[in-house]
Amino acid sequence: MSWLQKLLPPKIKRAIGPSKKNVPEGLWSKCQSCESVLYRTDLDLNAEVCPKCGFHNRISARARLNLLLDEHGRSEIGSEVQPIDPLKFKDSKRYTERIKQSQQEVGETDSLIVMQGSMKSVPVVIASFEFKFMGGSMGSVVGERFVRGVQAAIESQSAFICISASGGARMQEGLFSLMQMAKTSAALTALSKKGLPYISVLTDPTMGGVSASFAMLGDIIVAEPQALIGFAGPRVIEQTVRETLPDGFQRAEFLVEHGAVDMIIDRREMKDKLANILTTLMRLPITT
Amino acid sequence: MKTSFLDFEQPIAELESKIEELRYVQDDSALDISNEIDQLQLKNRNLTKEIYSKLTAWQISQVARHPQRPYTLDYIQGMFTDFEELHGDRAFADDPAIVGGIARFAGEPVVVIGHQKGRDVKERQYRNFGMPRPEGYRKALRLYRMAEKFGLPIITLIDTPGAYPGIGAEERGQSEAIARNLYVMAELKTPIIGVIIGEGGSGGALALGVVDHLMMLQYSTYSVISPEGCASILWKSADQASVAAETLAITAPRLKTLGLIDRVVTEPMGGAHRSPEEMMQTLKRALTDELARLKAKSLDHLIEQRFERLMSYGSFKEVKPK
Repeated sequence: MSWLQKLLPPKIKRAIGPSKKNVPEGLWSKCQSCESVLYRTDLDLNAEVCPKCGFHNRISARARLNLLLDEHGRSEIGSEVQPIDPLKFKDSKRYTERIKQSQQEVGETDSLIVMQGSMKSVPVVIASFEFKFMGGSMGSVVGERFVRGVQAAIESQSAFICISASGGARMQEGLFSLMQMAKTSAALTALSKKGLPYISVLTDPTMGGVSASFAMLGDIIVAEPQALIGFAGPRVIEQTVRETLPDGFQRAEFLVEHGAVDMIIDRREMKDKLANILTTLMRLPITT
Repeated sequence: MKTSFLDFEQPIAELESKIEELRYVQDDSALDISNEIDQLQLKNRNLTKEIYSKLTAWQISQVARHPQRPYTLDYIQGMFTDFEELHGDRAFADDPAIVGGIARFAGEPVVVIGHQKGRDVKERQYRNFGMPRPEGYRKALRLYRMAEKFGLPIITLIDTPGAYPGIGAEERGQSEAIARNLYVMAELKTPIIGVIIGEGGSGGALALGVVDHLMMLQYSTYSVISPEGCASILWKSADQASVAAETLAITAPRLKTLGLIDRVVTEPMGGAHRSPEEMMQTLKRALTDELARLKAKSLDHLIEQRFERLMSYGSFKEVKPK
């Protein structure tokens, strides 16, 4: 704090404060991590990774698929599967309203998009989470689309990749959501029997029921830098153990250190790295 | 042991203490009041029946967590013979929040595994309130594998508030431990029966719950999140837990209607803790039936059915692609 700021009465400080943070939408954006002011186009071209500090911003499911899949020969799987409200769930809002609202705001029908195609010519099916849709939460639609994706991978002898970004199970579907953990995990046993690889990519955040099922079952598990990954949320843990959590707790680097994840991959290198891993595992010729 | 009563059981508690008093009076008086006592006891039974016939979901979750409810080791002692408890995950530690071992059930060799809560303050702490750490799930995993190897059916007894949310648990891979159990149970080549005897708390329960046949005791619960947790997230107030409990559909009859469990096992009037022996007899009969039914199936058929069933979980609609 400068001597001038110290001098100012609190009221005036407040008046100055917020105006500083107001970055106009559109052309410029400020990095959450290093606070550099970035040209929007640069960020777009850089897979939403800050060119200055490497901070990985969250990205949409489709942007993710665009980054990974080859341009041609893509087809979406499971879009016909759509949510209903089996429990007539209502808190401050009806679940059906929440669904409708998310669908309008996000432009997706649920929080998992599955796409078949190729990645540097390697045949793949990729399931990608849309965190903006109800926090990427897993309900019946996520489970069913995941399973259809795995089936498509088996039928087409493709590798399966899942990119997680989820707060966990969707409370509004009650036990149906919990059962999706068992359903998705079981589907992976079928993929495994066919000798097809499954890569799990953990991005910020991968928590709860998603992390405690398919996300931790990859033949290879990779994570994006700094991603929050864990079973229980940091706040819940803090309240339970009444201790402050160690620095970097539940971050991707922490998981590598504790042997839970194979490696951290920068988003900008994700496609090359995953393609390389898959060609090796599937004994395919090296792609360039 | 003196029965402890829940809030909504207060009328029953009052009546019972009255009966107790009368008995005391009768003991040292010449007057015969046994008729009055009988009358009161009848009244008490009817009252219990009435209260228990319309329990709310929230009240049921209180019964499921009743401090005197029989726990896994009680059931093992009451329904099994020749139990040998086996310890440790062979990698890090033994987790007292999950107990397991080999035993005989109606003479048949089986593996039995369950969450274990504690009775008094000290034991509760020792058992970590029935909240397992990764090593607990890995011990269970080891026993699943062993059961498969020796062709022993598995019976799991589920009773946990959830997997433990702690620093060490995260460091040692709580998520992976649970996920691995789901995966392995899905393809394990031996029959598995699960019984929710108290609280079925989310992923921590599911790691013992991927089974061929899932039973729930009448006043047990099974939920993706605790009513309190759900209320504090969605209603922004833990006080709404009773509303959340209702909405979440956590009770045995409701889950049976939704097709998510296979059988509701009737509890003695007033809950399992009012008559543990009766509870165990009923459960033992149900388990005997089911075990015989599962053992009659070929292993391939069993695994295939388990897989089909897992794939069938979910409630969604299918629309024509645009």
